[in-house]
Amino acid sequence: MSEVVILAQFVDGKIAKASLELIAFGARAGSVTALVLAEVGAGPALAGQLNVGSVSEVLVLESADFAKHGVAAAAEAIASVVSEKKPAALLISSSAFGKEVAGCVAVSTDSGIITDAVDFSAELRATQLVFGGSTTVHSRITHGCSIITLRPNSIAPDMAPATPQISIKQMSVGDLAKLALTVSTQPPVTGGRPDLTEAQYIVSGGRGTNGDFGPVEALADALGAAVGASRAATDAGWYPHSLQVGQTGKTVSPQLYVACGISGAIQHRAGMQTSKTIVAINKDPDAPIFELADFGVVGDLFAVLPQVTDGVRARKS
Amino acid sequence: MPLLVSDLPTSNICNVNIAVCVKQVPDSWAEKKMVAGVLDRESAEAVLNDLDEYAVEEALRIVEAHGGNGDAGPHKITVISMGPSRATDAARKALSMGADSAIVVTDGALAGSDAIATSRVLAKVITDGNFDLVICGTESTDARMSVVPAMIAQRLNWASLTFAGSLVVAPDTGDISITRVTESGVDLIKAKLPAVVSVIEKINEPRYPSFKGIMAAKKKVMDVRDLASLSLDANTVGIVGAWSVVEDAVARPARSAGIKVVDEGNAGNALVEFLVEKKLI
Repeated sequence: MSEVVILAQFVDGKIAKASLELIAFGARAGSVTALVLAEVGAGPALAGQLNVGSVSEVLVLESADFAKHGVAAAAEAIASVVSEKKPAALLISSSAFGKEVAGCVAVSTDSGIITDAVDFSAELRATQLVFGGSTTVHSRITHGCSIITLRPNSIAPDMAPATPQISIKQMSVGDLAKLALTVSTQPPVTGGRPDLTEAQYIVSGGRGTNGDFGPVEALADALGAAVGASRAATDAGWYPHSLQVGQTGKTVSPQLYVACGISGAIQHRAGMQTSKTIVAINKDPDAPIFELADFGVVGDLFAVLPQVTDGVRARKS
Repeated sequence: MPLLVSDLPTSNICNVNIAVCVKQVPDSWAEKKMVAGVLDRESAEAVLNDLDEYAVEEALRIVEAHGGNGDAGPHKITVISMGPSRATDAARKALSMGADSAIVVTDGALAGSDAIATSRVLAKVITDGNFDLVICGTESTDARMSVVPAMIAQRLNWASLTFAGSLVVAPDTGDISITRVTESGVDLIKAKLPAVVSVIEKINEPRYPSFKGIMAAKKKVMDVRDLASLSLDANTVGIVGAWSVVEDAVARPARSAGIKVVDEGNAGNALVEFLVEKKLI
C-alpha cells in the first residue's frame, strides 16, 4: 500500500483542524504518516494528539532550528523525509507557510506541486477552483512525489481513535537553511475569534462600515464567526491587513459568509464566492454583491446588524 | 540566548544591484478562460501584475534612500519578466516607473510553464546577472500560488524573506530585514544579502509613471532573451516540462442571486429566519 505523508501543524500546542482534514484526505490514497516538526522536548505532547483517523505512523522531528529558520528549516526537514520514504504524496495545508514549504520541497526533491486544492482522490488527483471559483480544474502530478496543498474546510475530519506507531528524532538543519533568522514572532491579532481561513462562519465589513466594525464584530461573536474585511476597509486602516478577504488577501470558503457594507468588486468576490451560503447587507440596491447573495438586505448595516445579532443571540440562548 | 545578526555570514556590498521580477497577467477585471488546460493569455487584455508594482516601488525606494539609480546614484534596478513576446509591455511599465533596464525571456517553448519551470528560468537569469537582491510581488493575480519567490531563493541558495510588510536594506553592511506578515502572525526576519524578498501590498503606495518617466522608458535597454541564450533545455520548461498536468477544466455554473429584501425595519429578523431555515443557527 502506498504511503502518504501529511504535515501536522499545531496552534498553541493544539492540533490544527486543517491538519486533521489532511489525515482524512491522505487515508483515501494510502497509509498515513503524520510528520511533526517540533521544538526540542515538545514532540511527545504533540504526537499524542495524532491518535485519530487513520494515522498509522507519527514521525516527530525535534529541532531548535524550526522556530529560528522558518520555511527553509521546515522545507529541509520535510525534503529529507520525502527523499527517504519516497511517499506517493505529501499533503500540506494551504497557508503562506504551507505553500512556501511545499514549493521548496518540490524544488529540492524534483517533484511537481499543486496548491490550494479543495479535494484529493485515491488516484492522487487534485481538484482546484480557479479564477475566483468560476472554473473547476482536475490535475495530477507527473514527476516525483505528488506535493499538494489543500485548503482548510475541504473535508470532515475522521476522529475515530487510532494507535499509530510514534518515533521521535532530534535533528539540525544545514547552513543553507539558516540564511534567514526569525528574530521575533507576534501571534496574529484575532481577538479570540476563529482563524479566518479555517472559520465555518465569517462576518466581513467594508467601506459601508465607515471604520466602525462594532456591529460587524458583535454579530461575529454572536455567531462564533471570524471577522473579515474588504480591501477598502484594510486600505483605510480600519482593520488589519491580515484579515482581508479577496484576490489580494485571503481566499475563504465558509459555511456562511455575511458581507456588510461591501459592494462586491470582482477582487473581493474572488476571495469568497465559493462560500456555501452568502448573505449581503448593503445600502446600494445595485451593489454587485447582491448578484451572488443567497439572502440580500438593502438597508443600513447599522440598523440591520444589531437586529440580526439580537435575533441570533435569542435563538442560541 | 538572544540571536544576533552578527552570527550570520557577512557580506559587503556598497552598490546594490536589484532584480525585480514582474509578470504580465490578464487584467483581473477581464474574463479568463482555459484552452487545452492552459490559461488563454491571448483572449484577455494583459497588464502588469498589480502586486508587482509594489515590488518595483520598493526597489525604487531602497535605491532612493541610498543615493539613487541611473544618473542619480550607484545602484541599479533591472526588471526581469518571462512570458509571451508582449510581456515587454509590463516590463516597459516598470521601466517608466524608474527601473534602469529590463530582461524579458520569451520563447514559444515557455507556454504552459508551471511554478517549477518559472522559478528555474528566473533563477537562471538572476544567476547570470550578478544581482544582490531580488524583489518580487507576493503572488500573481492569475496563478495565485505565492510559491515562486521561495522557489527562486531555494534554487539560488539565497536567504528567503517573503511576505514583507516592511523592508530595510543597509547597502554598506549587506544587512536586510523584513517584517513577515501572514495569517500566522508578524515575524521580524533578518539576513545578509544576497536575498530574495517578496512584498505584500501593504508595504507602500506605488507611484504612477510620470510623463518624463514614460518617455525615458522608451530609450531604456530591453534585453529580450530566448531559452537558447540562457542555455536552458526547452524540455525542462513549458507544457512539456511541467510536472503537473491538467486533466480537465470545467466552468462552474454562475452563482445566482437569491432572496433580496429592502429593509423597512424588519429585514434583520427576516435574515435570522433565513439562517434558521438553512440550519445555520
